[in-house]
Amino acid sequence: MELIVEGVCKEFDKRRVLDNISFSLSDGKILALVGPNGSGKSTLIKSITLIHEPTTGSITIDGDEVRKIDPIDLATKIGYVPQSFSYTLYSTVFETVLLGRRRYIKWSVSDEELSRVQQSLDALDIGLMAGHFMDQLSGGERQKVFIARALAQDPSLYLFDEPTSALDIRYQIEVMETMRQITWQQRTAMIIAVHDLNLAYRYADTVLVLSQGQMVGYGKPEDILTPECIREVYGVDSFKLENELGKFIIPYRVKETIK
Amino acid sequence: MDPYTNPDKPQKKFVHSLYREGSKKRITLLLFLLLLVIATAIISAGIGTVRISPWDTVLSVGHSIAAHLYNFLKSVTPGIIGWYQSVPVPVNPQAELIVIEFRLPRIFLAILTGVCLAMAGCVMQGLLRNPLVSPFTLGLSSAASFGAAFAIAIGPGFFGGLFLSFGDDVFIIIMAFLFGWLTMFLVYGIARLRGMNQSTLILAGVVIGYIFSAGVSALSYFTTNEKLRNLTVWLMGGMWGASWTAVLLLIPITILTFFLLVRMSWDLNALSAGDDVAKNLGINVHRLRLQGLMISTFAASCCLAFTGIIGFIGLMAPHICRMLIGNDHRYLIPSSALAGAAILLISDTVARTIMSPVEIPVGIIMYVIGGVFFIFLIVRARGKGLY
Repeated sequence: MELIVEGVCKEFDKRRVLDNISFSLSDGKILALVGPNGSGKSTLIKSITLIHEPTTGSITIDGDEVRKIDPIDLATKIGYVPQSFSYTLYSTVFETVLLGRRRYIKWSVSDEELSRVQQSLDALDIGLMAGHFMDQLSGGERQKVFIARALAQDPSLYLFDEPTSALDIRYQIEVMETMRQITWQQRTAMIIAVHDLNLAYRYADTVLVLSQGQMVGYGKPEDILTPECIREVYGVDSFKLENELGKFIIPYRVKETIK
Repeated sequence: MDPYTNPDKPQKKFVHSLYREGSKKRITLLLFLLLLVIATAIISAGIGTVRISPWDTVLSVGHSIAAHLYNFLKSVTPGIIGWYQSVPVPVNPQAELIVIEFRLPRIFLAILTGVCLAMAGCVMQGLLRNPLVSPFTLGLSSAASFGAAFAIAIGPGFFGGLFLSFGDDVFIIIMAFLFGWLTMFLVYGIARLRGMNQSTLILAGVVIGYIFSAGVSALSYFTTNEKLRNLTVWLMGGMWGASWTAVLLLIPITILTFFLLVRMSWDLNALSAGDDVAKNLGINVHRLRLQGLMISTFAASCCLAFTGIIGFIGLMAPHICRMLIGNDHRYLIPSSALAGAAILLISDTVARTIMSPVEIPVGIIMYVIGGVFFIFLIVRARGKGLY
């Protein structure tokens, strides 16, 4: 899998929300999208899966321009987990995950598809909840179901729009570990929009920093996520912390504007 | 090796058994509803001012079919003889006339209307992901009634000879139907202009509904008394317009729209995950919505044209079924359709017999029967965490 994004711009009513974004991503890698609210992270993710078609620029997966791929086949290449999710009352966990197999289901559901659903649920350790109704779950469990649905799509690229935002710290780490493992083992790639800089620091291979629709940093987390960059983008002072467990970045106050 | 598809790990089959249990439950409900509709139809054909036993009802239908078949065969191969005389006739000599000419068209109309309105409501709820949507929330009912009122008030003469050959009824139907579609396009157009989200669509529907309601009131205010009476009959809704012509027109429409809508089942299921995810799953959300709304509007307004305004079913039948069997549209659409047929048929039977020979509007009975059942389901579902 090789994703190449080149010169992507997106305008809504003449207002430019993404300006000339270019990056590439190969399998086994995780790219973290970082930036303040409204910086264009969600729009970039939605542009890649054509929920919002980019105004200009090209996006290719393994050399194929995504706009030219049949939408139903694109579903097998890109698995998307939205920021705000929706489900219907009376639908169960496994039925929700089964939708990820839409591409392969004509009318009746084969045993193979059901096995695939079971595997996705087990991968996130929610197999025993298969029969629960969606509204019986906690926010974190629900988020895992949506991630399981993306797994069931069996894509080569995962796009996660703040997938861990509804999760408590244990779930956050669990989900990130699982996704790290899956991207390595299945040779898939993942783009994840995160607010938690330390998740980006710890799990991402590359970081792309967005600010007002522009790329202001792109590279290895330790090179990009510096106190200077965070000060510029978020207007927050922070410091780096390094010990035997790893490298951390700790934001602690809104930057002082009075010099 | 991928632990995620590891063949050494024993395969769990929990999902498989859940799926099978669910399917069994859904098929059971479908069969139950089908039997309920058939049984109600047979009983309903027997009750009224003249009572006819269920067996006589069956014999009447059988004999009538045999008679038609015999006449047809005789016209094709004149030499055919004999077997027709051995077809048993009903004990009550009047039975066949009453059942075939008077009661069956009405029963069929109730079934077809129930089917169309309920499946239209079901699909609309799925398309708009809102359990409160129905042909009526989208302004369709007011629009269709305005179309009909307009036709009644103006009369076909207004358009000269254009509709003369069709007669008054068909003119009313066509107008109801045109206004139904017009509204659908208008509502959809307005919602798309504002960026197509759930609330704008429903808001647009409600607003346009009000505008057409105002139109209906204005028409009934300005027309003469006699025409107004027609209008009141139309606005109250009922199976008074039943005839074999109507039934034979509605049967192919119902069957066709049913299959077209059921074909959308999986896309509707996927749409329950939200527009963005549905798009990611390869579904053309705009096209699905437009097609689905058009087909369901077509089904609903065809029936509205024959029955007048029947509310409630399009909203409640799908909701009741969703509570019983969940959200899989492959089963939800057919079971909603049958539930709608059962509710409307039972209500109409009660409405025409409870104070016989005086008929009361079917809506009164329907709201009571359906409403009580609906409250029962909500109360029952509470304990199970469905609500």
